Amino acid sequence: MTPAAAHYTSTGLDNKKLAFWAFIGSECLLFGSLISTYLVYKGRSVSGPTPHEILNIPVTSVSTFDLLMSSLAMVLALAAVSRGDKVWARFWLGTTAFLGLVFLGFQYYEFTSFVREGLTIKTNLFGSTFFTLTGTHGAHVAVGVLLLLTLLVRSFQGKLGPEKAINVEVTGLYWHFVDVVWIVIFTVVYLIQ
Amino acid sequence: MSDHAGNASGSHPGTGTYLAIAAVLLIITIVEVGVFYVPAFKPILAPVLLTLSGVKFSLVVMFYMHLKFDHPLFRMIFTLPLLLALGVAIALMFLFGAFGLNG
Amino acid sequence: MATATQLSAPHDSGRSGLWSWITTTDHKRIGILYGVSAFVFFLIGGLEALFIRLQLARPDNTLVSAETFNQLFTMHGTTMVFLAIMPLSAAFFNYIVPLQIGARDVAFPRLNAFSYWVFLLGGLFLNASFLVGAAPNGGWFGYVNLTSRQYSPGLNIDFWVLGLLVLGIASLAAGFNFIVTIINLRAPGMRMMRLPVFTWMTLITQIIVVTAFPVITVGLVFLMFDRFFGTTFYSLAAGGDLLLWQHLFWLFGHPEVYILILPAMGIVSEVLPTFSRKPLFGYAVVVYSGALIGFMGWGVWAHHMFAVGLGPIADSVFGATTMLIAIPTGVKIFNWLATMWGGQVRFTTAMLFAMGFIAMFVIGGLSGVMHSNPPADLQQTDTYFVVAHLHYVLFGGAIQGLFAGIYYWFPKMTGRLLNEKLGKVHFWVTFLGMNLAFFPMHFIGLLGMPRRIYTYRPELGVETMNLVSTIGAHIIAVALLVFIYNVWRSWRRGEVAGNDPWEGATLEWTIPSPPPDYNFTVIPEVVSRLPRWSVTQMKAIPDVPPEPIHVPGGSYWPVVAALGIIGMATGAVAHALWIVLLSGAVLIFSIYRWAFEPFEG
Repeated sequence: MTPAAAHYTSTGLDNKKLAFWAFIGSECLLFGSLISTYLVYKGRSVSGPTPHEILNIPVTSVSTFDLLMSSLAMVLALAAVSRGDKVWARFWLGTTAFLGLVFLGFQYYEFTSFVREGLTIKTNLFGSTFFTLTGTHGAHVAVGVLLLLTLLVRSFQGKLGPEKAINVEVTGLYWHFVDVVWIVIFTVVYLIQ
Repeated sequence: MSDHAGNASGSHPGTGTYLAIAAVLLIITIVEVGVFYVPAFKPILAPVLLTLSGVKFSLVVMFYMHLKFDHPLFRMIFTLPLLLALGVAIALMFLFGAFGLNG
Repeated sequence: MATATQLSAPHDSGRSGLWSWITTTDHKRIGILYGVSAFVFFLIGGLEALFIRLQLARPDNTLVSAETFNQLFTMHGTTMVFLAIMPLSAAFFNYIVPLQIGARDVAFPRLNAFSYWVFLLGGLFLNASFLVGAAPNGGWFGYVNLTSRQYSPGLNIDFWVLGLLVLGIASLAAGFNFIVTIINLRAPGMRMMRLPVFTWMTLITQIIVVTAFPVITVGLVFLMFDRFFGTTFYSLAAGGDLLLWQHLFWLFGHPEVYILILPAMGIVSEVLPTFSRKPLFGYAVVVYSGALIGFMGWGVWAHHMFAVGLGPIADSVFGATTMLIAIPTGVKIFNWLATMWGGQVRFTTAMLFAMGFIAMFVIGGLSGVMHSNPPADLQQTDTYFVVAHLHYVLFGGAIQGLFAGIYYWFPKMTGRLLNEKLGKVHFWVTFLGMNLAFFPMHFIGLLGMPRRIYTYRPELGVETMNLVSTIGAHIIAVALLVFIYNVWRSWRRGEVAGNDPWEGATLEWTIPSPPPDYNFTVIPEVVSRLPRWSVTQMKAIPDVPPEPIHVPGGSYWPVVAALGIIGMATGAVAHALWIVLLSGAVLIFSIYRWAFEPFEG
């Protein structure tokens, strides 16, 4: 099997990209189940803080903006890698990772203030479902940040040329999906109480 | 031949498009938060917010994730589980009495 | 590690010994690993069944305690579903699918190895619970709040939850792998509607896997969080709803039964045409009905919950959807029968098992559709009537289908035929045993004997039938011994098979038995659905590769990653955070090394 034939695919589509879309489809069911549970248990806590009392819309709006802007940065990073622009590739990859870390910072702040105000993962149904749902999302963001930093390091090692753009594209798919899940969470958990 | 980012089969949005979409996302989010705070919107809060976030969702998926321009197979691979998840969520809400029906 | 043109012994590339098996990324070897491991677990699950049946052979029996009995039926179910049927199917996915589509391997060979090792370690982890006297005991379906910390304070359910989470990872990884493989690695000319039905059923099964497993993952995580961190998901005191578990479990659990049966249906769809010397009747319909079953399988889950009080609307809806799903299933039966009708039928062992599948699965399907009626099900549910149903479809159906596959493809994998005389003994003794074991259960159940009880009173009047059932179970065991002997004898001394002992129609029969490392000397150009049977013959495949074929070497990172995962589970069950963290670090480290290791897949 020559190297050219090694890249032959029946559909002309890249294996990694196909695999990642299948993975994203699977994740729809994962987050779908978590969000369903949150919705099903909404308003059923018998005690403890309620969403209305404790959720901070202004602060969360800012973190939502942050994540949306990180998607922009991601898309610009991909474009830069594809055209072989090392400087901008590193800038945008770094920016995306940074914005991701900022989002995580906001989550850390939110989680710790909730705990201080009496809402933990054990307190009531709201606490259990909220922290599990947003915590799972946050864990996904953290993994995404790790992926981005890995790409950044590879770029600095000179190993992220246009021929490796598929890796950036696939990381981008993951990152945008995580953003899109947050869009749903922000609406369904924070705005529609 | 592997599908190479940047040599996509369809057309490829430029930086301008990406920035425009980012701006739209920003504006919609501001509107959403605004709708949240305006008491007059209370009765139609849910449908309005769901519609607006649906638009954001679609924009990110179609443009940033490039689904609009990519092979239809990707669209199918994403949409099928998405609709399934939606169906499961709605079914569970019915079963737990969310829409006033007793399960 | 490049391998030059093989002129002699194509499969002997100097890669022998334990290390070559541990680091293998070859789909054929991985298939064999799955098959052997799954069969051993199948025997363990069978032993558990024998103990169950011995305890129930007489009323008021005292062979095992109630607590032990709970562990036996829990592990029997969990083992048979996750450690026997699924990996036996996976053995065939791995070995056969790349051959049927004309590929050299799967899309992600190291991920494939990873799936196997995670499965094996997960299965060992689950069974290790016996060593600490704390095997899972809450049923294979783990209903809360019995399985909550309050009512199950021991390690039993911790083993169960963590074991299933680990096994889920293996299944998901394989799911993505095979979806990409089947869509993207087909030989030129192998259009989707030219795929062998077994490959189609594999694809549909993997789509079900990657959509259904996340749901049970979430349900299990909730239970794990409740047990470990005191969350309230299944807490009545906090206003939680115990039915949440049941919904999440069965949203997975029902698609799971289609995961269990579709591959076997695929095997039957290959075996029947070959031994009827006639193409499958209504190929497209069989494919579409498989897809329909996979899709509709998402709409029936609450038929496992007809006794919990869902209300008339939900009961009616799920009753209706359940009746509807019998339609695509029935369609397949007619297509199979029509395939045999007018054909030149050869009654090989594989064919007997395939025909046995049809007969037993129809019986199981009939009792199944009886459950679909909520009022009737109120009498049947949680009784032996359901146990009868599920064993007819899973043993009479899936297991027989898998045995058909073994007799059919054993020659391809080993180069030798299984002995037909012994095979027929295996078949007929199994047939007798399974009907003796499971048919009386219909009556036992309707007479009122519940499931999952360790004993019963003589007044119930089911004593004789229980004894008959126990005898039947032991007859199955005897049949299995015959089979094991057959395999042991035939592996080295069976009749030599050659490329195509059965005059099959599909691509796997064009290459040597066993195939060389690289499978095909040149990737075939497919011009029809039945390449070896059609009038338009495809270009002959040369005996020797025209140019050197590079076959990737092995890798140990998949094993290390798998060890990291099982380490995390072990640390969790031991409540030792440092083990969890250390194993997590091993996992992350191995993923990085895996990602950056030079590997030409």
